[in-house]
Amino acid sequence: MSTFWSIWVTVIVLGTIFGCTWLLLSTRKSQTSDVETDRTMGHSFDGIEEYDNPLPKWWFYLFMSTIVFALGYLALYPGLGNYKGLLGWTSVNQWEAEVAEADALYGPIYAQYGKTAVPELAKVGDAMKLGQRLFANNCAVCHGSAARGQVGFPNLTDTDWLYGGSPEAILYTLNNGRMGAMPAKGVMPNMTDTQVDQVVNYVLSFSDRAKDPASVEAGKAVFMQACTACHGVDGKGMQALGAPNLTDNVWLYGSTFDWIRQTVIHGRQNQMPSQSGRLSQDQIQILAAYVYSMSN
Amino acid sequence: MSTLNPNLTYNYKVVRQFAIMTVVWGIVGMALGVLIAAQLVWPALNFDLPFTHFGRLRPLHTNAVIFGFGGSALFATSYYVVQRTCQARLISDKLAAFTFWGWTAIIVSAAITLPMGFTSSKEYAELEWPIDIAITIVWVVYALVFFGTITKRSTPHIYVANWFYGAFILTIAVLHIGNNLAMPVSAFKSYSAYAGVTDAMMQWWYGHNAVGFFLTAGFLGMMYYFVPKQAGRPVYSYRLSIVHFWALIATYVWAGGHHLHYSALPDWAQTASMVMSLILLAPSWGGMINGMMTLSGAWHKLRTDPILRFLVVSLSFYGMSTFEGPMMSIKTVNALSHNTDWTIGHVHSGALGWVAMISIGAIYHLVPKLWGMKEMHSTNLINVHFWLATVGTVLYIVSMWVNGIMQGLMWRAVNEDGSLTYSFVEALEASYPGYFVRFLGGVIFLSGMLFMAYNVYMTVRQKDAVAENNAATQAA
Repeated sequence: MSTFWSIWVTVIVLGTIFGCTWLLLSTRKSQTSDVETDRTMGHSFDGIEEYDNPLPKWWFYLFMSTIVFALGYLALYPGLGNYKGLLGWTSVNQWEAEVAEADALYGPIYAQYGKTAVPELAKVGDAMKLGQRLFANNCAVCHGSAARGQVGFPNLTDTDWLYGGSPEAILYTLNNGRMGAMPAKGVMPNMTDTQVDQVVNYVLSFSDRAKDPASVEAGKAVFMQACTACHGVDGKGMQALGAPNLTDNVWLYGSTFDWIRQTVIHGRQNQMPSQSGRLSQDQIQILAAYVYSMSN
Repeated sequence: MSTLNPNLTYNYKVVRQFAIMTVVWGIVGMALGVLIAAQLVWPALNFDLPFTHFGRLRPLHTNAVIFGFGGSALFATSYYVVQRTCQARLISDKLAAFTFWGWTAIIVSAAITLPMGFTSSKEYAELEWPIDIAITIVWVVYALVFFGTITKRSTPHIYVANWFYGAFILTIAVLHIGNNLAMPVSAFKSYSAYAGVTDAMMQWWYGHNAVGFFLTAGFLGMMYYFVPKQAGRPVYSYRLSIVHFWALIATYVWAGGHHLHYSALPDWAQTASMVMSLILLAPSWGGMINGMMTLSGAWHKLRTDPILRFLVVSLSFYGMSTFEGPMMSIKTVNALSHNTDWTIGHVHSGALGWVAMISIGAIYHLVPKLWGMKEMHSTNLINVHFWLATVGTVLYIVSMWVNGIMQGLMWRAVNEDGSLTYSFVEALEASYPGYFVRFLGGVIFLSGMLFMAYNVYMTVRQKDAVAENNAATQAA
């Protein structure tokens, strides 16, 4: 902050504290007695009088001790404008120190597994215990504690993979995150409502659930124009784009006619956040092995 | 008193109106509190409707109890106290009536707009901009009536209760306008004038002083009249009231930053708010001591007077929560307590134990006087209410202490590999017993309010108001 504001802050902080001190000391100094008295101030309000009693001693010392503490604390810690405090403490350097301490303490525990290849690591019981805890702390909030996912968040225990289930693909997902985007109406922005219903019927027909079998043929034509660029001519998806396989009856956003219709009309946006800034490479290796172990 | 002007009459009508609305909003607001406490135990009670969802009813609960119940109690008692201690009638009956109807309309509009989802999303300042403007207008008129009455007082000095009421009225005006500055984009939507951490700081400068000035300074004003009056004793120490008044209002405005410890708020602001919060301990306790010690020589009255019991127990809770507050503002303690139910418990030891209990005591003192009766319809029912309120408050606070400390410890527990021992859901599951006890405490406290409503109704019904305006000489 600028020098002006720094001085301003210092003056009002100290002004408040010294003002309170002055108030306390001067009121105490003017006391007419050190012990409790029956004398009143001489005024009466609706029959209420006020005694001219002294400030209770213990209360006076309590007040003074909080003031002394405050001044001491302000000398040690940043509080007076740009003054940094004698300890040089900042909330950022406290955080950095705690992270460094945690890394030193826990780093070796993860480091012993960090160089092991994912398929081998998936067979190491102790490493998988670590992996389960890492998963519970970092992944379960979306994928669920049993990793079975929920609407919008993939099930990690089956063999259906949006971006691939190889060790490399899982590591890539964890390190970089994924951005899933299905544009509304695919690449056919002028798709009519009738065509939407037709294409939904066609998609349902992959799993023999077409609501209106008569429109499946028409839906196929729409699909070929709007959807094949990502989901492929056979509807089996494309892992390079994260476009789901539509023929396996595994559904990321619900499987009913209405759900799929909503997906077609509005598109879908999805995101898996990157973990590389939050977790160490050793932890990501263990986590990848844990995810791999659930379907291998 | 010999100096009394025999022709002086007081405006009791507006006091009576606000006194009744104190009970009404108390029941409404606390019933909403019980409902949302029940929703946390049985989520099905959200009824899958947007209007009855926790997220919309919680702000309605806080607005109804703070501004409906607490606000009406402050209006009622401040209008009563300022007239009696200044020996002057309110400067304008019309303006006073305007504040009653205006304030009541504001609370009603909160009860309509909040369940509909209109919110500025600022805690305790959720009401949207048209209502904020209405609040400002009513508040300015309130200030006019209050300070206008003080200026035409026939007493040489201004009584200490009026200092506190005055500080409350002035500061709330500044806080309300400061925090609610916003750019309207439609009739019911606006965006805050501040961004990012500045917005957060403004919000908690306001939020903590809603506690400090609305719920503390105002109610200390109430305390300084009703405790000595009900006890029939002089105030313990005039000197103490001077020191603690000025120190309290000087340090409270600093304290808001402690809601933003370990956040993006600059370190200096966090530090300053923490040390000021600690200094606040003694000024807060000054009020408690002055109230408690006023009873010296009158302790025996506690055995027979449940109204006095309400007032004394409220001071105990005030002392307890104003010790707890500075402790929670210490960064290391805050690191454990922040975001846990401990905060909710702390707020309610102030809200139920201090604010509600002293208001209830004051209303029991007021109602017979306002309607020209000797005493309340039933002293036994006041006693029943006292015990229900005390037991309800204790259950509420203790369950939230247990929950809060447990949550804080579970959230920070780590395994030997540094991973968290408990997932969030595990801490939530462990909180259910506490949520149930809290619900129970709320039900008990609310049931006390129903006894109060009955008691007030019977008192008022027994005898209609003696006259629109009572003579000032009437025994008080």
